[in-house]
Amino acid sequence: MNLREYLAWLYYQYLLITGIYVLEPWEKSIFNSILFSVITMVIYTSYVFVPIHVRLALEFFSGIFGGQPESTMALVN
Amino acid sequence: MTESPSTKPANGDVCQRVKNGLKPERNGLAKSLYRCHEKKSKHHGQPEEEEEVNATSHHGVPYCRPFVESYEQTPMLPAVFTYMSYGILTIFGYLRDFLRYWKIERCNIAGEKEEQRDFVPLYQDFENFYTRNIYIRIRDNWNRPLCGVPGATMDLLERTSPDYNWTFVQSGRVLQDVINLGSYNYLGFAENKGLCADAAAEITKKYGVGVASTRQELGNLDRHEELEKLVARFLGVESAMSFGMGFATNSMNIPALSGKGCLLLSDELNHASLVLGARLSGSTIRVFKHNNMQSLEKLLREAIVHGQPRTRRPWKKILIVVEGIYSMEGSIVRLPEMIALKKRYKAYLYLDEAHSIGALGPRGRGVVDYFGLDPCDVDVMMGTFTKSFGAAGGYIAGKRELIEYLRSHSHSAVYASSMSPPVVEQIITSMKCIMGEDGTTIGCDRVHQLAKNAVYFRRKLQKMGFIIYGNEDSPVVPMMLYMPAKIAAFSREMLKRNIGVVGVGFPATPIIESRARFCISAAHTKDVLDRALSVISEVGDLVNLKYSRQKIQPSVARFFDDNVFEDIDD
Repeated sequence: MNLREYLAWLYYQYLLITGIYVLEPWEKSIFNSILFSVITMVIYTSYVFVPIHVRLALEFFSGIFGGQPESTMALVN
Repeated sequence: MTESPSTKPANGDVCQRVKNGLKPERNGLAKSLYRCHEKKSKHHGQPEEEEEVNATSHHGVPYCRPFVESYEQTPMLPAVFTYMSYGILTIFGYLRDFLRYWKIERCNIAGEKEEQRDFVPLYQDFENFYTRNIYIRIRDNWNRPLCGVPGATMDLLERTSPDYNWTFVQSGRVLQDVINLGSYNYLGFAENKGLCADAAAEITKKYGVGVASTRQELGNLDRHEELEKLVARFLGVESAMSFGMGFATNSMNIPALSGKGCLLLSDELNHASLVLGARLSGSTIRVFKHNNMQSLEKLLREAIVHGQPRTRRPWKKILIVVEGIYSMEGSIVRLPEMIALKKRYKAYLYLDEAHSIGALGPRGRGVVDYFGLDPCDVDVMMGTFTKSFGAAGGYIAGKRELIEYLRSHSHSAVYASSMSPPVVEQIITSMKCIMGEDGTTIGCDRVHQLAKNAVYFRRKLQKMGFIIYGNEDSPVVPMMLYMPAKIAAFSREMLKRNIGVVGVGFPATPIIESRARFCISAAHTKDVLDRALSVISEVGDLVNLKYSRQKIQPSVARFFDDNVFEDIDD
């Protein structure tokens, strides 16, 4: 019950901070759905692409500091 | 304000503490009046607080009590969120305007007719956009109908809105005993029982209610003459004149006092009536920063040296227009320095004591009494009877020649109908009560009670962690809210808990600095204030309003907790 109240209070704070509190319910739904879809897309994109970019970056930097000769074909693969 | 060893200077001289890297001039002190004291400020700096304290001075400007004002800076995160919420509300405003334009949605507010579509648009500016799309959505927090006396508690009519505040439906229920923290009822004279109400009822039986004429024609009753003599005696000046409406007193008399070729120096945050009067007069208006004596002195020097704009002739007169207490900030004017400046540069001073008359000073005579100055130093003293006397109307007081001139040259005296007799009687009775001439000490007690209430309430709110603006002695307490949704949320939550407050936003304040303004009254007892404070704390936690990052020293807080009400019977 305490957790549920706390989540309700957090939702109330979100309504107040963004100013959505004063809008009519259908406007609230539009804003919430747009925000939710944007956040979902951000999470999905980061889940798919961030590991690859991190691995590439690490290999690039280890190439500068380590200095081991690696073929460019190995980098692309 | 307590004086600890760190605040009291060793030899009793001016202690000018520079806080937080702020220079002394930021405080608003006139630099030229403190020329020899700058080198003493070095060893008194304490970087945490953002308050500014002036203790007594020994030869410059006499402040016989500490002048503590605090304007904590807007914290960054609420400011960012406020801009963001205004941006989101603006986008939704454009969406709704689009729907209204293409007739997908019905337009409930005034708009142009079909035939006028190609004319110059009337409702496209920002004010109308703001009204349509933001103000109407939270409009249920204003214009609440009262059905009784707005004393310490009031009765409100309950109303709901089926279509999101475009129309209201009254359910018929009355919310009883709502604690009133918004009425300008500083000394508690807004009551329907007691001496003042009885006197007003008696006079109505004798004179009726309407006067049916202007002061100049047949509207000058003997009660008006007595009222004016009483006001002059109350303020300690030669003579006074009363008008039917406070707003009209300012806007109709400033044009009579200054015209073309005169210079008006008015404060940044002056009331709309002063601004309107200044604009109607046709004089040149220059604005100085709020309560900032250095800015004022710079303007004065520049005006005297350069004269009128094109011709370089000397100004016919220079009139400084200020207020006693500024109702949106809760700040008190720096009167001693202003009088010193006015005497040095030979300007005139117009002091609007709408909120401070009756509410400040040990005898309730306003801001002049609060600082212990001579009322003859202020050239034109103006005030209203609406706030502390529980009536309506305004007055102007000063030298006899000035008032005689205004009797024939003021628009309000010549064209406006005079004050109604029961109102005049209410003022006479309440003023006599404050002066102690009716034989009781009610007035004196109320003045002291208000001072205690104001200090107690402010200290408690600051200790709880809210950002409060203004001087620590003023009975007007603005509490910062910042976000537009929080104005509505705060007001509604307080009403649910049976307390009525006034929320203020744009355009009365700058757009991100919206606030809730509490007006303390002498009619509030300590229990009422404690209940109000606990509810404000609860709502503040719910709505997350405790932004302050100042640390109040524990010794000071303890002083006010234990001692401030020790001599009041519970």
